[in-house]
Amino acid sequence: MSRLDVDFCVDERARWRSIDALLLRRGRFTGPDFEPGEDVARVLREHVRVLVVGAGGLGCELLKGLALSGFTTLDVIDMDTIDVTNLNRQFLFRAEDVGKSKAETAARRVRERVRGCAVNAHHGRIEEKEDGWYKQFDIIALGLDSLEARAYINAVCCGFLDYDEDGNVDPATIKPLVDGGTEGFKGHARVIVPGMTPCFNCTMWLFPPQTTFPLCTLAETPRNAAHCIEYAKLIQWPAERYGETFDADVVEHMTWVYTKALKRAETFGIPGVTYAHTQGVTKNIIPAIPSTNAIIAAACVIETLKMATMCAKGMNNYMMYVGTDGVYSHTVEYERDPSCVVCSPGIAHALNANATLEEFMASIVAAYPDSLAEPSVSFGGKNLYLRGVLESEFAENLNKPMIELMNGRKEGLVVVNDKKMKKTSMRLRLSLK
Amino acid sequence: MIKLFSVKAKQEKEAAEREANGGTTSRQSSGEVRVAKDISELALPRTMSIAFPNGKDDLLNFVIAIKPDEGYYRGGTFEFSFAVPTMYPHEPPKVRCERKVYHPNIDLDGNVCLNILREDWKPVLSISSVIFGLSLLFSEPNPDDPLNKEAAEDLARTPQNFAMNVRRAMQGGYVGQHRFSSCLR
Repeated sequence: MSRLDVDFCVDERARWRSIDALLLRRGRFTGPDFEPGEDVARVLREHVRVLVVGAGGLGCELLKGLALSGFTTLDVIDMDTIDVTNLNRQFLFRAEDVGKSKAETAARRVRERVRGCAVNAHHGRIEEKEDGWYKQFDIIALGLDSLEARAYINAVCCGFLDYDEDGNVDPATIKPLVDGGTEGFKGHARVIVPGMTPCFNCTMWLFPPQTTFPLCTLAETPRNAAHCIEYAKLIQWPAERYGETFDADVVEHMTWVYTKALKRAETFGIPGVTYAHTQGVTKNIIPAIPSTNAIIAAACVIETLKMATMCAKGMNNYMMYVGTDGVYSHTVEYERDPSCVVCSPGIAHALNANATLEEFMASIVAAYPDSLAEPSVSFGGKNLYLRGVLESEFAENLNKPMIELMNGRKEGLVVVNDKKMKKTSMRLRLSLK
Repeated sequence: MIKLFSVKAKQEKEAAEREANGGTTSRQSSGEVRVAKDISELALPRTMSIAFPNGKDDLLNFVIAIKPDEGYYRGGTFEFSFAVPTMYPHEPPKVRCERKVYHPNIDLDGNVCLNILREDWKPVLSISSVIFGLSLLFSEPNPDDPLNKEAAEDLARTPQNFAMNVRRAMQGGYVGQHRFSSCLR
């Protein structure tokens, strides 16, 4: 350690002086429940655990920002290994790291660089962890590039929610999320407080569907390189490599698709099929601008800090950033979808403890005649009764007690569908008494 | 907003209670909720049937059989496998024709060219919309958006010859170099 470093680090107080300025005194922008003092500083440094999901472009920035803001216990999960094309923006990685785990490498680099910051790495898929695993963290920060992964974490966290008789969320069950996303010069940062602000599923409509090309265009009248690449992956792969799943991370698979696409492009006289473009199209890679990642991750880190300490009012609840034409940013308060199938509280419904499924259905039809006539019912991950084409298969459940169908639980969230409700499902918080 | 840490101790206590009260239950993804709604509301005409090869607890994978009672394909049975992604209905179901069929909009590997399965998919559409889209392919095969170019040209130029080739294919015979699956039952 150089002389300068020693001087710089020797005084822990001096190290966090700027953060302490926010935590040790009240100001005009502090949140309503903010209690300045040593306690909040200690909570931040000793108790708060933040999970960073994704150790890519956003993830590296998030880890750096959180570690330098005084968070000392971080966890990071990512299934990916480092690719040479990551190095231009995923600054925690070096050329010699190519092929290694992103989570492990990022964690090690932050540990080495930021004294006193413990970073635990988890190399693997988010789905491999049990739901309960996510409970140990106080805040979850998302640096992801896929809707599926966001929807998954969102559903896990919304699954923790408990509501009281009046449909008010039990604050102890809230697991807040901070989500960032970028695409070229554009990005968003948002705060999700499940049960209080819209969850990811409430605002799914914000995400435009992926652009796809008509199959017959791909097959008969390809006009550009992407058409040829899509054709090779979508049509030629399953036809010629039947039974094999295309894996974009296997070089031989990518090379195969590239070669086929190139040949097809030559037949139609189309320029522009390259290996990199093939990767771009098949992996749906969006151009990543390092500074967009930095801006969005910075906003996420600040929201995480505010949420952990209440030292300033949090974002409410979605910030969009557009850097394509000047610098534009706007924060919108999106609203919850009252019938969201992931986070809505549902309607309280009580029933006697021995009631059967059939009795339960009769009771909800009687209670909600405007919405229900022939309900279909599910609980947990399982359908208990479905009308229509599969109805006979579920007949055996009709006379079973609800408590048995709910695995012995006396309370639970039951999802009800009915033709009478055109677009929505009804959620009921059933309690057996 | 919430006070994150005054509630932490309480949270741990309640979690322990909840584990004791029957453990955690599995979740149904929003896609599964929606597909359950679609399936329970599905009204099939007598020319169609549905089967769930993995049983009633897996609604994400099923097979639809279409038996047209009119048009070129009358008397045939055509099975389509459906694989519903977890992001349904944000993303469309993946549909494949399980039999080799001589059809302008279905290629020899079972890929189906139906606009609502790709570029025109919208989350308001349902399994029902897709099934009726598929049945429309048999009542009105469309030579303008070909996936099987030979069949499309055949239909556009010489409908009578096309009709003959369809019959031959459905009987399990050859059209050109390709042998088709018998689907008359």
